Amino acid sequence: MKIHTLLAGAAFAALVGLSTAAVAADKLTVGFSQVGSESGWRAAETKVAKSEAEKRGVTLKISDAQQKQENQIKAIRSFIAQGVDAIFVAPVVATGWDSVLAEAKDAKIPVFLLDRDIDSKDKSLYMASVTSDQVEEGRIDGRWLVKQTNGKCNVVELQGTVGSSPAISRKKGFEEAIAGSPGVKIIRSQSGDFTRSGGKQVMESFIKAENGGKNICAVYSHNDDMAIGAIQAIKEAGLKPGKDILVLAIDGVPDFFKAMSEGEANATVELSPDMAGPALDALIAYKKDGTMPPKWIKTKSTIFFPDTAKAEYERRKSLY
Amino acid sequence: MTGMAPAFPAIRKALPQIGALAVVLLANWLVFPGFFDIRLQDGRLFGSVVDVFVRGAPVALLALGMTLVIATKGIDLSVGAVMAIAGAVAASMTNAGHGLPLTILAAIGVGLVCGLWNGMLVALLRIQPIVATLILMVAGRGIAQLITEGQIITFVDPALIFLAGGSFLSIPMPVVLVILMFVLTLLLVRATALGLMIEAIGVNLLSSAYSGVNTKVVLIAVYGWAGICAAVAGLVVAADIHGADANNAGLWLELDAILASVIGGTSLLGGRFNITLALLGALIIQAMNTGILLSGFRPEFNLVVKALVVLAVLLFQSPQLMGMLRVTFRRAPK
Amino acid sequence: MTETGRKAVLKASGLSKFFPGVRALDKVDFELAEGEIHALLGENGAGKSTLIKLVTGVYGRDEGTIQLAGEEVDPKDTTDAQRLGIGTVYQEVNLLPNLSVAENLFLGRQPMRFGLVDRKAMKARAKALLAEYNLHLDPAEPLSRFSVAVQQIIAIARAVDLSGRVLILDEPTASLDAGEVQVLFRIMRRLRDRGMGVVFVTHFLDQVYEVSDRITVLRNGRLVGTRETAELPRLELVSMMLGRELSAEALHRGGRREVAGEPLVSFKGFGKNRYVEPFDLEIRRGEVVGMAGLLGSGRTETAKLAFGIEQADSGEARVEGHPVKLQSPRDAIRLRFGYCPEDRKTEGIVGELSVRENIILALQARRGWLKPLPRREQEEIAGRYIKLLGIKTPDAERSIQFLSGGNQQKALLARWLATDPEFLILDEPTRGIDVGAHAEIIRLIERLCDDGLALLVISSEIEEIVSYSDRVVVLRDRRHVGSLSGDEVAMEPIMQTIAGA
Repeated sequence: MKIHTLLAGAAFAALVGLSTAAVAADKLTVGFSQVGSESGWRAAETKVAKSEAEKRGVTLKISDAQQKQENQIKAIRSFIAQGVDAIFVAPVVATGWDSVLAEAKDAKIPVFLLDRDIDSKDKSLYMASVTSDQVEEGRIDGRWLVKQTNGKCNVVELQGTVGSSPAISRKKGFEEAIAGSPGVKIIRSQSGDFTRSGGKQVMESFIKAENGGKNICAVYSHNDDMAIGAIQAIKEAGLKPGKDILVLAIDGVPDFFKAMSEGEANATVELSPDMAGPALDALIAYKKDGTMPPKWIKTKSTIFFPDTAKAEYERRKSLY
Repeated sequence: MTGMAPAFPAIRKALPQIGALAVVLLANWLVFPGFFDIRLQDGRLFGSVVDVFVRGAPVALLALGMTLVIATKGIDLSVGAVMAIAGAVAASMTNAGHGLPLTILAAIGVGLVCGLWNGMLVALLRIQPIVATLILMVAGRGIAQLITEGQIITFVDPALIFLAGGSFLSIPMPVVLVILMFVLTLLLVRATALGLMIEAIGVNLLSSAYSGVNTKVVLIAVYGWAGICAAVAGLVVAADIHGADANNAGLWLELDAILASVIGGTSLLGGRFNITLALLGALIIQAMNTGILLSGFRPEFNLVVKALVVLAVLLFQSPQLMGMLRVTFRRAPK
Repeated sequence: MTETGRKAVLKASGLSKFFPGVRALDKVDFELAEGEIHALLGENGAGKSTLIKLVTGVYGRDEGTIQLAGEEVDPKDTTDAQRLGIGTVYQEVNLLPNLSVAENLFLGRQPMRFGLVDRKAMKARAKALLAEYNLHLDPAEPLSRFSVAVQQIIAIARAVDLSGRVLILDEPTASLDAGEVQVLFRIMRRLRDRGMGVVFVTHFLDQVYEVSDRITVLRNGRLVGTRETAELPRLELVSMMLGRELSAEALHRGGRREVAGEPLVSFKGFGKNRYVEPFDLEIRRGEVVGMAGLLGSGRTETAKLAFGIEQADSGEARVEGHPVKLQSPRDAIRLRFGYCPEDRKTEGIVGELSVRENIILALQARRGWLKPLPRREQEEIAGRYIKLLGIKTPDAERSIQFLSGGNQQKALLARWLATDPEFLILDEPTRGIDVGAHAEIIRLIERLCDDGLALLVISSEIEEIVSYSDRVVVLRDRRHVGSLSGDEVAMEPIMQTIAGA
């Protein structure tokens, strides 16, 4: 299975207010079992986790599992042995966690899942999971498009890997948002496997199949990378991305902000790399007075437009 | 023998592949009537049928090397990963300000080194090819990720982008590169005795060695060539998306390349090979992919449709089945 | 009761086994007495392994009966045979190298305790069992830690412990050195003295005479005879195996030459440890040196050393008096050597390729890949040899795999003749070839020799060797034991040398 980095979304802005509570806490130690550093987003998540912990005076121990569950299990066991105050896990796969999380539970160490959920019948094995609402991400893009085109638009959709949860959720959300506008139709939908070349190849065929692209008003892509490929395909067909065909996507990777700043793309919903921040806040509140956080801490999904793209690009370049 | 006589058996041998390609193209035309429309866009041929050639280029390039490897009774699972490495090297080089010649040389050099590594594991240490190349298949993508630090390295150097986006006599560059590598490969194996030695090794390694064929050198050279072909494919793919995507460049393409070779009639048991037919195999695969994209089917059907078509092509090539059909048809009228 | 008064433990009567087109075993009687070591001998294809497989239930028999201690039995498979009391140990020890010694000994019948394997009891029993064989080792160690000889003894211990009445050893000494062989023999004798019947299959005649009490010889699937070892002269044994009457046949034709002059190729003290003992061998231009010996005597091994397929670890090779490097077939081909191997199918022909490609392969390999022979020249060479050697093929483009054995052999000869060789090694050039082609190949050998080639020809057919050889080298037990020339090149002296009598 491919590891994609599109599983959550949240905004920095929402966190600033919450994080002030941190000062009161004793010096907490948190162990963070990270999946690896397979993508820019993942690296950013780690980087943000470090700075967010520092901001709150929390000691963060990070263990890189290099995409292996057994490494994550080992790391969790060693965190338990060290007697940390909490354990953050970005689980590489959804199953196989029951026994090690039970060990953490026995040791009374709260566990937070970051950016991905696990399949487990026993929800008491972890305190909360911090993930984005992927259906909502699709809805935000859909709502924007309906408004932008006054409810009249032929959309082509670049799906993620067939059967993957972000592809299913983002498709569902988008379809919900356009359901009330009969003028907005998905005329073609194919999988570009979340990759740039996949997006480019699929978009090429869409353009040809839809009268040289003249029938297409917008392309909705389940991630930014496919959209970047689609932008190239649109240009190579002699059309102007962002104008002849609107381009909207989800993720918020720097290259997409660059495209937006150059007027070649129109909108993206950010998948926030800040997963650790909300988890830390929940942990601190719990340690302070036993406040139980909600089981699902949704990170906030924010849509970005070309007007702020240049500034956002500059900010992100250092982060990624 | 002169004139047409030798050409006839060659064409007859290619009939299953030519037939399969014709059927797939016809199907594409049926689902999308504009399939064969071609126009010039920015001085470059543009159209769905052109897409088949352009998008088929990476697998076609891989198939050139893969066919030789398979003919030696080997297999190279690492070519997809080598593509990713070559792309990553090219992107880093060009972003470091090096010119196109040095960039290409570095990428191809890295591909060659990867291929030689495979060849040495197979020829000198006698590790089974599927295991030997699995090492680089797994590690290679990691190496590529180390070079790109897990990100997509984008570049804007027009010279490098030209390798995929440019054209020569209106022919898109990926197609030009396939033709170039095809001619080079053909010269390499058929203008020398290498082709004979590859086939001899594939059929019977021991007999070949006892006849004085330098089996080790031939094997290493063949894997080296597969590495070079993979590097060129990696350059094309990186130039196409203006970036090196270590996670996804060439992912699973080794399997398409193996399929192209097999559709092209090269047996996985080694021996006789035909790189022209392997190219046809790559085209059949891509024509299928393009057709599926144009058809508007739901993507859930992609793999099923692909599997059915491949099955049909391979059955069409099976002498046993053809023999059975012939018998059936001959009996039918009575 | 057997003829010798001992009680028969295993008695097979009229055993037959047919395979499509072949009569692998034809009404063979075999009798094993209690407390005897019984050697089972015969050349390849004589039916030894078929007989063993029928007795141990690997194959079902088509005719005949098997009695064990007087009772008729019908083993369904090897496990069934073991249960009845017949254990077998093969040359390639078929134990599991990654399991422990104890596990190997008790696999499938581990001592159990509370539903689990009782490792302690198993270890103790393994230790006791192996002590009977003077083997004191830790049974918890994995089998792969021990030498082949020790593994063999462990395999025997398992087989004896399982069966206890009949032990069949199929070429147990093939990969053992002299000291290890003696250890094995001591064990065999002790088992015999305990009353077991031991069947010993081997190619080594010296070992047969050292350890066995009786000998049964098979040939072409038929029983030749069973004799007391002490009463069977070696010479007679060899003739039983080869099936030749020892009359001074008039095969010795005139015209045997004493070829004089400097040797073209000479080997001095050439050998390889555990492969072939160091030998001296000289071959002159225009001379045919025959190489005789039983299967496994070191004939093919000598050829492979001489052609650089195996690397010698002692002695030196010279061509026209100059020391030469002989580390690979490529070295040998550079010296204008050629080698037609015994196993045409796996070491000779390149099956799927055409007759033309097979013929030019060695020549092309010597030229290097950068200098391809033009197609016209290839066709010319192939056509010339097809005509010269009378290779029967519709055309040169036919796949060689579709040719008959004799024509394949001729094509292989053509492959070497095309390289213009000076020294040719032919290993069993007439094996598996029909009578007509057989004679042609022998005439061809004589003609090549007249053309000034130096030839080394290996054959199991002694008459054949006698007919074309100027000198004959005889091998036994991987040793060159004699060189015969002049009038000695005749059936009887060769047989005697082979037998070592």
